[in-house]
Amino acid sequence: MIRLAVVGLGKMGLSHHAMINAHPGVDVAAVCDTTGYVLDVLNKYTGVKTYTDFEAMLREVELDAIIIATPSSMHAQMVKAALDKGLHVFCEKPFCLDTAEGEEVTRIAAEKGLVSQVGYHYRFVGAFQEVKRLLDAGAIGEVTHVLAEAYGPVVLKPKGGTWRTQRAHGGGCLYDYAAHPLNLVNWYLGMPTSVGGSVLNSIFSQETDDEVFGTLYYEGGQSAQISVNWSDESYRKMSTKITIWGTNGRIYADRQECQVYLREVPESLPGFQKGWTVRYTTDLTEPVWFYLRGEEYSAQLDYFVRCIEAGKGGENVNSFASATETDKVISMMIADAEQGASFASGAAQPVVAKQKKGLMTSLFGR
Amino acid sequence: MDRLLFGDNQFFGVNHMSEEKARAQSMRFQDIQAVIDVLDNAYDEGVKTFMCTTHDRIALVCDHMRADPERYKDFHFYPCMPYAHKYANAVTEDGMIGALKRFMPDEGLINAALRGGMSLAKKDIEGITTLLVDAEMKMFTGLSTPVIFLQNVVVDLLLGLGFKEAFRIFADHVKKRYNAEPGFITMNMPMLLDVLEEQGIENPIVCSNINKIGFRMCGGFEAYEQALKTKKFRAIAMSVYASGAIAPKEAIEWVCQQPNIESIVFGASSRGNIRNTKELVDRYWPK
Repeated sequence: MIRLAVVGLGKMGLSHHAMINAHPGVDVAAVCDTTGYVLDVLNKYTGVKTYTDFEAMLREVELDAIIIATPSSMHAQMVKAALDKGLHVFCEKPFCLDTAEGEEVTRIAAEKGLVSQVGYHYRFVGAFQEVKRLLDAGAIGEVTHVLAEAYGPVVLKPKGGTWRTQRAHGGGCLYDYAAHPLNLVNWYLGMPTSVGGSVLNSIFSQETDDEVFGTLYYEGGQSAQISVNWSDESYRKMSTKITIWGTNGRIYADRQECQVYLREVPESLPGFQKGWTVRYTTDLTEPVWFYLRGEEYSAQLDYFVRCIEAGKGGENVNSFASATETDKVISMMIADAEQGASFASGAAQPVVAKQKKGLMTSLFGR
Repeated sequence: MDRLLFGDNQFFGVNHMSEEKARAQSMRFQDIQAVIDVLDNAYDEGVKTFMCTTHDRIALVCDHMRADPERYKDFHFYPCMPYAHKYANAVTEDGMIGALKRFMPDEGLINAALRGGMSLAKKDIEGITTLLVDAEMKMFTGLSTPVIFLQNVVVDLLLGLGFKEAFRIFADHVKKRYNAEPGFITMNMPMLLDVLEEQGIENPIVCSNINKIGFRMCGGFEAYEQALKTKKFRAIAMSVYASGAIAPKEAIEWVCQQPNIESIVFGASSRGNIRNTKELVDRYWPK
């Protein structure tokens, strides 16, 4: 039985608590939050041991693992304290706002051989896993471009007073929404060499961004474009989509389905057709022990538990090291956006390289 | 309960198979008259119970039914509460307590204000729960609501947290205040049944995915089969087509062979599809 604590009982923390509490291999030994109110209600009705003091909880409760779902600005310090105690850590995303701190805790976790995982749950969505499988199998040949999008109705008016509306605490469309498609692009293409054209715009929020656009550049000439908006009411809930173009076709995926167009079918992919093949979530999703809000949320926690049981630290999906890469791309985009546009329309026009004379001009002259 | 209940996912752009299809549906049903037309089709085909979320737009359907009591005298609503997304987004904007306050009835009733304020102060979940239920039920005033459901997001959150007493509070309030049967929607049916039994909620109405391919039947296919065979509860099967992954005839034939299922809830956007499901059920589920 793994003894575990949940820290931070906001939207994510509370649902993590519910799912992990239902896990047969886990005993939730304590929960911790600064809001005494939620704690008191939980304690009164479920009997769980509660703390408002994180340090005191670490001192007093015998634990093997911890789930940290506090605002991102608090992650680095809490993760470090937990690792120092020898605990396996599952931390919410975005991981660390300061990438140097992210690298430090990544190193500590690796040295201690502890399981470290960050809650990028889209890597546990069947359709996005299928995309990874297809890319690894070389399904669409050489990848040339990725379009990664996320839209949803979170901030729809100029109001709101939680940490999620402040970039300094890890709030905003870039940290909350764009982090997910960026993380998927990192999974599919690796780290970009540079970013450009980053736009972090406010639509309604005073202290953070509501729409995010930008380009990631890769070695070998590949590129990815990011288009994210969390003030889009035309979506019922968060919708994340990936489109990937390659020399042999195109892949489109969202949470429900994976559509593939193949010009030729590689031998490594039996069951696929020339032209379109569509696979749906009903086919791509593995059953979970407990369902609250999508299989992926349950699956990532179950995976965390299994990694602990198997003593497998370091090489797991969504490790601190991989989440720190996503943090780095986020930092690059912030820095790029601050620089502003790379070329102004009023400036002297660049000299365009003259085209070589074509065959017709050569033959007939002018 | 009728054997066939009409669901509402198709009206609100919920489609577990395709986002494109979901969007097309939300365009088609943008005008509430399009929703009412399909409900009329269902009603005229003999499907007279509408199992619906407490989405704001349902209030318009309620107004329509209230305006013509003669035409809709056999029409029943099975409200399913709460419509979770409005709460989830509110929590992001206002935090947990702020969101709770936002959804307390604000009609200025001293009673409600007292019940809410006192309950919040005393951390008394009974007062808060009953107030939220009453707020969600307002749109159904004067209409028939013989069964009132708690949505799966809330049921399964409470179930996971071990907040077992809340089921009892909900059940008691729904019976006492609305003279209705409490119902529970869940994705974890076997686990929920044990807890409801423990809470002394007898022969509960429980709605869960029950389909031939085991899609979203958490706890496992065998546990569901076992529960249907041995547990005393009134089962409603949803997602019988598994979002279209199973052909209609095969799906209905299989569900109708399972023991102890009292009703099937299904969604459809055309009279033809409603009739097809009705015919299949009449064929494979003889009275």
